[in-house]
This record gives sequence, structure tokens and C-alpha cells, in this order.
Amino acid sequence: MPIDSFEPERYELAEPARYKFDLDRRDFFRTLGAGFLVLAVVESIEAQESGGGRGRGGRPPMPQVVGPWLHIGEDGAISAFTGKAEVGQNTRTALTQGVAEELRVPVSSIQLVMADTDRVPYDAGTFGSRSMPDMLPQMRKVGATARELLLDRAAVLLNADRPQLKASDAKITNTATGKSLGYSDLVKGQNVMATAPVGQAQLTPVSDWSVLGTSAAKVDGRAMVTGAHRYSSDQKLPGMLYGCVERSPAMGATLGAVNNTPAEGVVVVRDKDFVGVAAPSSAAARQAAASLKAQWKGGPQSSDNDLFAVLKDTAKPRAESTKGSIDEGLAVADHQLSAIYTVAYIAHAPLEPRAALAQWQDGKLTVWTGTQRPFGVRRELADAFSIPESQVRVIVPDTGSGYGGKHTGETAVEAARLAKQTGKPVKLVWTREEEFSSAYARPAGVIEVRSGVRKDGTLTAWDFHNYNSGGSGIATLYDIPHQRVHFHPSQSPLRQGSYRGLAATANHFAREVHMDEIAHTLGKDPLAFRLANLKDPRLRDVFERAAEAFHWGETSSGSGRGFGFGGGFEKGGYVATFAEVTADTDLKRVRVERVVTAFECGAVVNPDCLRNQVEGGVIMGLGAALFEQLRFENGRVSNARFSRYRVPRFADMPTAIETLLVDRKDLPSAGAGETPIVGIAPALSNALYAATGKRLRSMPLLP
Amino acid sequence: MPERITKLNINGKDVRIDAAADRPLLYVLREDLDLTGSKYGCGEGQCGACTVLADNLAIRSCITPVDSVANKRIVTVEGLERKGKLHPVQQAFLEAGAFQCGFCTPGMIIAAVGLLAKNANPSDNQIRQALNGNICRCGTYPRIVTAVREVSRAD
Repeated sequence: MPIDSFEPERYELAEPARYKFDLDRRDFFRTLGAGFLVLAVVESIEAQESGGGRGRGGRPPMPQVVGPWLHIGEDGAISAFTGKAEVGQNTRTALTQGVAEELRVPVSSIQLVMADTDRVPYDAGTFGSRSMPDMLPQMRKVGATARELLLDRAAVLLNADRPQLKASDAKITNTATGKSLGYSDLVKGQNVMATAPVGQAQLTPVSDWSVLGTSAAKVDGRAMVTGAHRYSSDQKLPGMLYGCVERSPAMGATLGAVNNTPAEGVVVVRDKDFVGVAAPSSAAARQAAASLKAQWKGGPQSSDNDLFAVLKDTAKPRAESTKGSIDEGLAVADHQLSAIYTVAYIAHAPLEPRAALAQWQDGKLTVWTGTQRPFGVRRELADAFSIPESQVRVIVPDTGSGYGGKHTGETAVEAARLAKQTGKPVKLVWTREEEFSSAYARPAGVIEVRSGVRKDGTLTAWDFHNYNSGGSGIATLYDIPHQRVHFHPSQSPLRQGSYRGLAATANHFAREVHMDEIAHTLGKDPLAFRLANLKDPRLRDVFERAAEAFHWGETSSGSGRGFGFGGGFEKGGYVATFAEVTADTDLKRVRVERVVTAFECGAVVNPDCLRNQVEGGVIMGLGAALFEQLRFENGRVSNARFSRYRVPRFADMPTAIETLLVDRKDLPSAGAGETPIVGIAPALSNALYAATGKRLRSMPLLP
Repeated sequence: MPERITKLNINGKDVRIDAAADRPLLYVLREDLDLTGSKYGCGEGQCGACTVLADNLAIRSCITPVDSVANKRIVTVEGLERKGKLHPVQQAFLEAGAFQCGFCTPGMIIAAVGLLAKNANPSDNQIRQALNGNICRCGTYPRIVTAVREVSRAD
């Protein structure tokens, strides 16, 4: 995917480099000198693998041969390679299933190497729900190509006709004679696979799936329940020091005086506006950082009290989509409605804070770090230290979640800067406070909606303006003849960027609450009203299935109990979420009693993992819907702790949560890590209105 | 109060350490003993990722000074497995698929073991209450309740 086709709200990808260090010149030349040789070697390998040159924009093209993607050892060990990162969405298991299905081997026999820039083909990153639609077919093609090559080889060795041969359980059997050869025998002395082009081998049809489409257990689950898995923050190297970076008290401040008299064993590193320490323990590092008494200089800073006015005032129109004429659509309407919706900044708050372990050896930098963009972080590191990318290796251990928040490499760069000065490996783990205040936030936004509708419930006009939050999921699937849909980027007072589902959450919130408002204005059932204006069969399907399971319409809302729903489409997935709430009149005591979600994303790859993603998306979305918001004063996040920033806990769980998976075996598989999050906020707002008569148009609904 | 603590009992074994008395247990485990199953998530006892048992009681090791547990039996997630066999709670988490990224899992499992030590048959509400101090940001709470319920039923 070219960079310019990214959703505009991936603001973090357009940020200027945060760090460009003033390195000692001798040091710099020494590093660069050693780098040239290695770079030349790597480029020539890339050229060989890809049949020439680098891809557009300096990115290596996707390798066209099997070798970089799959290796079968003479000992029978099978390794597959992908640039995707595992951050809890269970891509590791799903991709392993894809290779296992096509190669006809057990899932447990495959070691999937992920997100290690020295070992896997280039990948833009793990975001946009692209692993299932893009990487899964690629891994399947690779597996199928390898299977066909093994069949070719077996035909020779077994002196058999191809149609008589059957691949299963890592061996190929001549069905006429019963003789078989294991894959390890077939690859002995052979290296055809390494250079064989990834071909158009027949992929296993969905009707014949025996590994894909099943609830294969999470492949590394055991290491997670025993604590054996080493996340980035658990990595350790001999002689390693612990880093701590002193942060400015407000955004954009510049560093003044620093008390540079470190204790024994402590190294202080100052480089432009970066100042940090490395010490033998994390406690010593924190103490040393505090004793720097760093002075910061900065201008006046913003607070969140005038946030929405700022977002409106600084907006510039960008993307516009129009159909028909709004004036005409409003002229033929019997009713016009206008409403303003807002969403707050929220934090990803991944439970594993950003972490990196950096090591320099002979001018080459290796960093273990939890990121969704290993190759992007490699670029950031190369830029920060003015070295070629070939001198940098980024390794991503399976990571303690990301939700779109771990796209940038500042932690890796900071650890590497400390390691460079100390000459020892340095591990840096951000504190929770740093997570909340130095990472980028999900954009806040203002959404203005004006609509026109006839008495019979036919929508005639839809005028939708999103300020700052983003363009994802902004288009409506309802059939409206006259539409104007605008995204207006603003100047954000807080650092902002990608978040699970991007602006689809905000846009679905505004759209689905507004649809509810129109239905109530007309005195129509909100479900019947939507279906009357909706042709898209896949969205209708999830609405109808969820409504049926929820028993929509069988019990009336009112007197403290309310039913509501919301749904839509984004990134190949269709979702409808229905909710039942109980609430007192002043919304002091609110309980989410029941949530039913129907989700459809094509052919289901792993039902249990998919169900887990849908449930998780709903519960995470419940936090943003009801109470999550980043507050800031004078340019500083003022609630940067779990004791002041409320995330969903066990007590917030719906009493009942039900998930319906619609398995469309006739359609390609789309991703599911993001879209299930978009239905819950409008569902809760609409249910709270039904329960109390109070229309809540701002997320969080219950700050 | 001694200035330094030199011995702890962890996962059934006496281990030698040399730590300032007020140093939080979590960092002794992770940095000195390389027991990294217990996680840092917040440093203020709010998220439960650092939960360990001290004399069968679930505690937040990130805010527990090491001297306060010097004479207690500490159990971390690494100490639950017996001769290659998972603890029933670990097994139940696997079977219920009660995690996504897994970062909260050690603390969750330890908190659940602590609950079951006090109450072998907790209701769903009691499970939710007992684990409410443990955050799963991926939102696998319903599955965790299922896992803990399954263990108590199996006993």
C-alpha cells in the first residue's frame, strides 16, 4: 500500500523525525564506513531475490520466490517468515494455519518468524486490518507452491504419476503403492525451493479447509500462561543497563540547564533536547534522572477547556465527497435535523508500555522493541543515527498489545541513543505516566450532522462534517440521494495518531446516534427506519441477525431500562451491536446489562480467535464510549495514571455478552481487529436515551 | 528494620539477594532474579500485572517493599507449573482462550489462584470482584471469568 493511500488520520506516520542526533563526528564516520560494505551486500541480495532493483519509494519489492517466505530444513523443521507483528490479535496463529493448510502439515510443526527485519521480507506494518486480506493469501500461496514443488520431487523419487500422489502430514504418499517420503527426505540435497517463484498453485478451496476455519489454539499460548514468553520489556543482555529519559513538562519545550554530576555507574546523555540516563538498575536510573533537575523552556500551552472550539477554528477542508445537492435534498424533506457530536482524546494504554532493548556491536545496531512497524522503526533508527538501514536490525517479540498505538519508534531510538554513549546494551521501558503523556492519542473531534427526511421515513439529505478526528468510516451505507461528506483536518493541541478502527468509531457514533434521533423524531422504530433506507445486503444481514438474537422490539424501553444499537461497515467487516442498559434518571448509576454483536468479515479463519477479537473490541470500545478521556492542562496530560484514567474493568463488563459470527465462506477473509469496536458507542448512547430520555452526543457519554 | 534484605523464599526455594529494604519486590524479581513473568504495568498497584502470592495472598509486587515479604512464601507465575504439568488455572486459561496479548495473564492467573485458595467455589460475581484490580486491556474479561469458573467446577 503506498503511503499516500493511508488514512489521513494516521498522523503519526507524517510526523517529522523526533530525533536527529548530533553524534560525535569520529564516531559517525566510523559507523558509516563499516556500513557501506554491508549495505552493498544486502542490496545485491534484494536485487537477486526480486529480479532487480528496489521498489518504488526506496522500498524493497515483495520477494517473488519462496526462499524468503518459507524454509524446510533437512531435519524437517519448517520455518515461515512474515513482517507482520503479533500484538495479541492472533495473527501468528492465523498465518501459521494458512501455511499449515496449504503445505499439509500440522500447525505445531511450523515456526513462524515474525517482524525481524534481518530475517523476514519487508512489510509496511501491522495496521489497517491488512494481515488477513493481504498476508494470509500470500502465506497460503507460498505454502501451496512449496507443496507442489514437493509433489514434483516426490514424483521423481517415487517414480510415480502426479495424480497418484497425496500430500498429508508432512509427507507425500503414492496412493497406488502406499510408499511415502517425508518432506525432510524430499528436500535433502535440494535447494529448488529457495529460488522457485511463488506461483499460481491451486489454493485449497474453502470447502476443503481442514486447518483454516478451525479454532486452532493460540500457538504460543503455553508460554503466555507460564510467564515464559519474553516481551520486549522482559529482554535482557549481559552487562545491560537500564535507561530513563527525562521528559519535558509540556509539549514542545526546549531543554535548558541540566545538573550533570552523575552518581557512580550512571551515564548521563544529553543531545539537543534529549536528556536521559543509563544505570545498573531501573531504580538507580529513575533516581539519576530525577537528580538531573532538568530545566525546560517553553511558550504558552493549551488546555482542554476550549478544545472543540480550537478544532473547529483551525480546520481546513480536505477530503470531500458529494452526491446530488444538499439544498435540494433538504428542500424536499418534511423534517430537518441538526446535531453536533464530539469525541475526546483517548489513550491506547497498552498494558505493556513501550519498551526497547538496544545493543550496538561493531557499528551495527540491534533493537528488540514492541512495535507494529518494525521496518518503519528501522528507518527511524537509521535516520536518527545517520546510518544505513542495513546497519540496523529491529526484532519485535510478540508484544503486549498496541491497538494502533505502537507505530512509531521513539522508545527504540531513545534506548539506542543511551546504548551508543554507554557502549553497553540499554533497556528502556516507559513508565505508565510516559505512556499516557508522551505517546500519541486517538484524535479528538467534532462532527456536525444535518439531515433531511420525509414523513414516510425516506432519507433525502445527509450533510456530515468531521473536524480533526478523521476520515475512516465516514461514508454512509444508507441510501441517501443527496449527500455531502467532509473531513476537515485541524491543528491538534495534543500529539495524535492511529487507534484501533481510527475515526470509524467517531463517525459511526455520530451517524448511528443521528439515525436514532431521526427515527425518534418520526416516531419510527430505529431498526425499521434503518432497514427502510438500506440496501447493502451484508449490513442488513448483521443488523437482522443481531436484532433477532437480541429479541429487539419484544420489550419496550423506558423507566430506567433502555435498548439501543448501532452498526456499520469498515475495513471489510460488517458489524451490528445491540445493547441493553439500566440507568437512573441522572445517569449516576448506569449498568450495561447485555450486549449482542453480529460480525461478518468473509470466510472465518479461526472462529474462536475471531470471537475473542469481537468481544475484546466491544469491551475496549465500551471504555471509550462511557468514560475514557485524556485531560490536559498547560500542554500536559493531567490524568496520566490508571488511577485517574479509567479503563474498563471486570466490574464494567456487561452481565451478558453474546457474539454471532456470520461465516461467509464465499467471500475472502477480511481483518477483524478493528471494526468490531465501532458499534458499541452508538448502541450505548441510543440505549441510554431510550432508558432516560437524555440524548448523549459526546464521547465519553459518562465522563 | 534491616537496611538490606539478603534472602527470600520464592517458588519453594530460598534465594540469595542483596536489595535495599524498601525496594519494591517486582524489581527484585525481574531485575535481580530474572523472573520476568511478573510484569510492570503501572507501578501504582492499579493494574495487577505484577501480582504475586505472599503466603497465598495475592499482592501487588510493584508497591510491596521487599522487607515486608522477607519471611513469607512468595509464589510467582513461574512457580505454578509442577513437573511440566500446568497448574489447573493455567490450563483453564489456555482452554478458555482467556487472553490475547497475554501481558496481563500472569497477574490474572496468580490473582485467580489467590482467590481460589480463599474460596474454592466463587460465584461469577465473586470472581469479578476479586479480579477487579487486574486490567486486561484486550478485554478478555468474560473468558477469564469462564476460565476461573471452570477450575472451581473441576475441583
